[in-house]
Amino acid sequence: MIISLNWLREWIKVDWDLLHLSDLLTTAGLEVSSISEVPGFSNKILVAEIMSTNHLPGNNNLKICQVDVGQCRNVDIVCGASNVEAGCRVVVAMPGSSLPGGESIRVADFNGQKSRGMLCSADDLNLDYSADNSAGVLVLDSTAPTGNTLNDYLQVDDHIIDIDLTPNRGDCLSVQGIARELHALTGEKLIGPALKTVKATSKHIIPLEIQAPNDAPRYVGRVMDGIVSQSKTPDWMRERLRRCGIRSIGAIVDITNYVMLELGQPLHAFDLKEINEKIVVRHSRKGEKLDLLDGKSLRLTPGTLMIADADKCIGMAGIMGGMSSGIDGQTTSIMLEAAYFCPGTIARKAREYGIQSEASYRFERKIDPAHQRTAIERATQLIRAYVGGNPGPVFQETSESYRTTPIPITLRRSRLEKVLGHTIPDKRVKHILESLGMRVRILKSGWKARPPSWRTDIEEEHDLVEEVVRVYGYDNVPTRAPKSVVAYTPERESNLTTDRLADFLIDNDYQEVMTYSFVDPLVQKLIDPDSQGITLENPIASNMSVMRTSLWTGLLQALAVNYRRQWRRIRLFETGNVFHGIINNRSEIKRIAGAVTGNASRRGWDSHVRAIDFYDVKGDVEGLFRLAAKTVKTEFKPALHPALHPGQSARITHGSQVVGWLGQLHPKVMKAFDLEQAVYIFELDAECIAVRDLPAYSPMPKFPSVKRDLSITVDIATPADEVREVILESGGSILNSIELFDVYQGAEIEKDKKSLSYGLTLKGTSRNLTEQDIEKVMEEILDSLKKKLGSKLRNK
Amino acid sequence: MSQQSAGDELSAKITELIEAVSGTTTLSALETIRIAQLGRKGYLTLQLKQIGTLPVEERKAYGQALNIAKQKLAAAIDSKVEFLEQQAQSSALDRDIIDVSLPGRAIKHGTLHPISRSVRRITTIFRRLGFDVADGPEIEDDFHNFGALNIPEDHPARAMHDTFYLSPGVVLRTHTSPVQVRYMENQELPIRVIAPGKVYRCDSDVTHTPMFNQVEGLAVDVDITFSDLKGILVHFVREFFEQDLPVRFRPSYFPFTEPSAEVDMGCVFCASTGCRVCQHTGWLEILGCGMVHPEVFRQVGIDNEKYTGYAFGMGIERVTMLRYGVDDLRLFFDNELSFLNQFS
Repeated sequence: MIISLNWLREWIKVDWDLLHLSDLLTTAGLEVSSISEVPGFSNKILVAEIMSTNHLPGNNNLKICQVDVGQCRNVDIVCGASNVEAGCRVVVAMPGSSLPGGESIRVADFNGQKSRGMLCSADDLNLDYSADNSAGVLVLDSTAPTGNTLNDYLQVDDHIIDIDLTPNRGDCLSVQGIARELHALTGEKLIGPALKTVKATSKHIIPLEIQAPNDAPRYVGRVMDGIVSQSKTPDWMRERLRRCGIRSIGAIVDITNYVMLELGQPLHAFDLKEINEKIVVRHSRKGEKLDLLDGKSLRLTPGTLMIADADKCIGMAGIMGGMSSGIDGQTTSIMLEAAYFCPGTIARKAREYGIQSEASYRFERKIDPAHQRTAIERATQLIRAYVGGNPGPVFQETSESYRTTPIPITLRRSRLEKVLGHTIPDKRVKHILESLGMRVRILKSGWKARPPSWRTDIEEEHDLVEEVVRVYGYDNVPTRAPKSVVAYTPERESNLTTDRLADFLIDNDYQEVMTYSFVDPLVQKLIDPDSQGITLENPIASNMSVMRTSLWTGLLQALAVNYRRQWRRIRLFETGNVFHGIINNRSEIKRIAGAVTGNASRRGWDSHVRAIDFYDVKGDVEGLFRLAAKTVKTEFKPALHPALHPGQSARITHGSQVVGWLGQLHPKVMKAFDLEQAVYIFELDAECIAVRDLPAYSPMPKFPSVKRDLSITVDIATPADEVREVILESGGSILNSIELFDVYQGAEIEKDKKSLSYGLTLKGTSRNLTEQDIEKVMEEILDSLKKKLGSKLRNK
Repeated sequence: MSQQSAGDELSAKITELIEAVSGTTTLSALETIRIAQLGRKGYLTLQLKQIGTLPVEERKAYGQALNIAKQKLAAAIDSKVEFLEQQAQSSALDRDIIDVSLPGRAIKHGTLHPISRSVRRITTIFRRLGFDVADGPEIEDDFHNFGALNIPEDHPARAMHDTFYLSPGVVLRTHTSPVQVRYMENQELPIRVIAPGKVYRCDSDVTHTPMFNQVEGLAVDVDITFSDLKGILVHFVREFFEQDLPVRFRPSYFPFTEPSAEVDMGCVFCASTGCRVCQHTGWLEILGCGMVHPEVFRQVGIDNEKYTGYAFGMGIERVTMLRYGVDDLRLFFDNELSFLNQFS
């Protein structure tokens, strides 16, 4: 909401400095986002009158104007504008002045004819009064005092206050509203122009038929005949509208806008000759169309609240008028409309059609339900003064359930104290309520207050609580230091937090990233073609239009961004939700994923640098699982995944569940991301590692352990995991632990075989192990390996 | 051989041996001397064994002399051994001198995303104040995101939310406030909880990203007041920014709280004297809050008369930017290593 300080001063005396004014409003919840000066003009830019015009000899386009610039000085100015006529009041930039755009004005010479100054257009002065400023020199009111500086004439000593209003304060969307608020905050008296009723001078009315009383509970109208529609908007009004960001359209429309800014009640003026027979307020019907004032052509959806006549729609209620019934140069009679339209109806339709107007903005935020007549009278008053015309009687239709005065509300002293934790003196409470325009009755337990008609937002006791403390000042409520309270939810030791997992990866040189939850469907299709992503109905861009089903999409994009920036060693991880629609009652699954490329370690002064491989990343993933429940078995099984290299891809199971994938990025995906070096990625369901085992004590070993090494050869294709399983199984209870310390393929052993070397730790459970015990178990292990996997003891 | 001459001879011999000891440079040479003189078959040992061959009257004196000589020699050898060992050790240490200024082989580490860093700090602060930490779904239904928070269909506040829709009635949550509602639906009173998480709005420019992070706070109890709300937030701001900042509460409007407030803190960049960041006001807006609106309690069936509550919500990117002086919101989601690296 933009407001001119001078205009505000017409309604209330403002003699605080601007900073204080800004603080006053801001600390009362009307946040002042800026106060700016209205730019002034050079003092040599004057109001002047054109006395006569003559053609410049030898030039058909230019005229010599004799211009009275006041103080009995006439000057000749050569001008090319077509609208210069004797008797016009205009703006002259005298030699030595400069225009807002920076242009300096000097005496000019046209074939010997001196031109002492320049007649200014609105454009020259940066006064964007209307969309089309090209219409020649700016013509002022005929009463403009010749010789005045433009600064004085337009009262540019003014400030523009921009207030960010919250949606509940529709009552402040007017000069009057802001003045009322300042009155409540400071006690300064409200003044303002006299709002008089204008007596009807004709009996002309137009029949009114409200067919949608719920959406249009009140409709007030007035006909005015004998309008001189070409009348000029007075300069002061045009200037005020400009300062509030509203363009001048024509005197009648300008006046309706002016009254809206002043009183907050949107008004509309219809050209009476375009209204057939009567005004009907009704919902649109199937197939109806309307050309709007702004030139748009609308196909109406059924149920839109319309202003119509006997046979057609002439305006969209509360949002925008129709083109055909708009005021133009031929208009001689008008009908003024001031209505109360249901806020929800207007909001819904404005959003549906994507049209927001100053009027709809106000209706949505609830206007004063009692202000329609006042606004019509004010507009009549101004129209009679500047446009002329004979007003007919004001006519209106109001639905029975319509209320213009809110219901009195009780505010209990105890409630006020319970909510605030602070006592405000009774007298102060009463005074605050009254200053807000409420009628207050004192009760034993508190107060009964009837809010004024414009405060439609005050409906219940808590609304009064807010009003009281708002005006009392939030700063005046004491700040109570936090009390120490016990936590209500116990922390479980078995909880393995995602933070812990993140810390593990960070300590292993991973960088956390955060990517958008919506991704490019084409990229997602490449990475996770089998999942059906959830699509946004209104995405911000097509490459952010589907919810991710895997963290890889965003991770790989982040990796690619950094690869393009010449990083060659990149280790990223992310935790976040993926979205698959509703599966097992969960629509969102929290995952943890990584993407790694480059060398295994950072380059150091004596380190052997090598490229990262599958087992480096697998080690990191195993590290995550080691933090979690060790009693649940985690397995990595070769399996195919569309995003992964078919020979280096593992499906990870934890217990009986598939919980993730690990592998090298498939070359076709690498290519899609313009990556040229191997990338390894993993992704895990974070829930599966959200629980960890508690430490379980077992008594300290009584018998010493014995170590034995075992080297065997097996087929190259035999998974090491299977060998391990066989050893563990056949080793029985005395095999305490097993460690694979060498894998070898090559010259020293048979082709198509590999050698695996294990270190075994054996321990007696009830006595010391003897050599025989050890021999026996080693033989059993070897036997099983031979039987189950065809393995041989290596080189012995 | 007279006692005198035998004594003299011994004394000369010892002097000679001690000189020999002091002239040796290796431990093995010393050992040779020791064995030759003091060993089981060594000269001095044998001398002592043969003492019985001497006349009785000479035995005692010669015996004493021999013992003294043995001790002297042994002491000389010991001290020489010690000397040589020390010498050997110190030259061995000299050989092992390294450049201690070379960097160590420590494992390098990555860094937490700055948003996660802030979430952790915020969480820690509120946990210490007795708050639980909750989360909720990012895909929300209309009721939890709007309706239960007193934002009906046609409410103007909806227009400010720029909602992403997945299907009619299903949205990406526009704020973390629905977690409030879910928590109140499911948990026993009293309640103290915060809920950090991602939120989404259909808006993207220099100062808006379509996804960002918020943290929601909620306390419901029989004695929660506006005064407590002020207290907890002043405490939070000062602890998070580690400065004794001025904090200002300004009336504002949220459909789900009343009274509502915006909270400003003194500008951390100019000590409230006015700068570009605070737009020369000396204040930085950092969060919104208020007393839980009775309508919200009604929606979840909490007794309005008995209980009161406060709620607050804050943009995590905003406080992170202010905390570390980051001047471009979008950096958080560009994920460039040269940015993220800076938060180690």
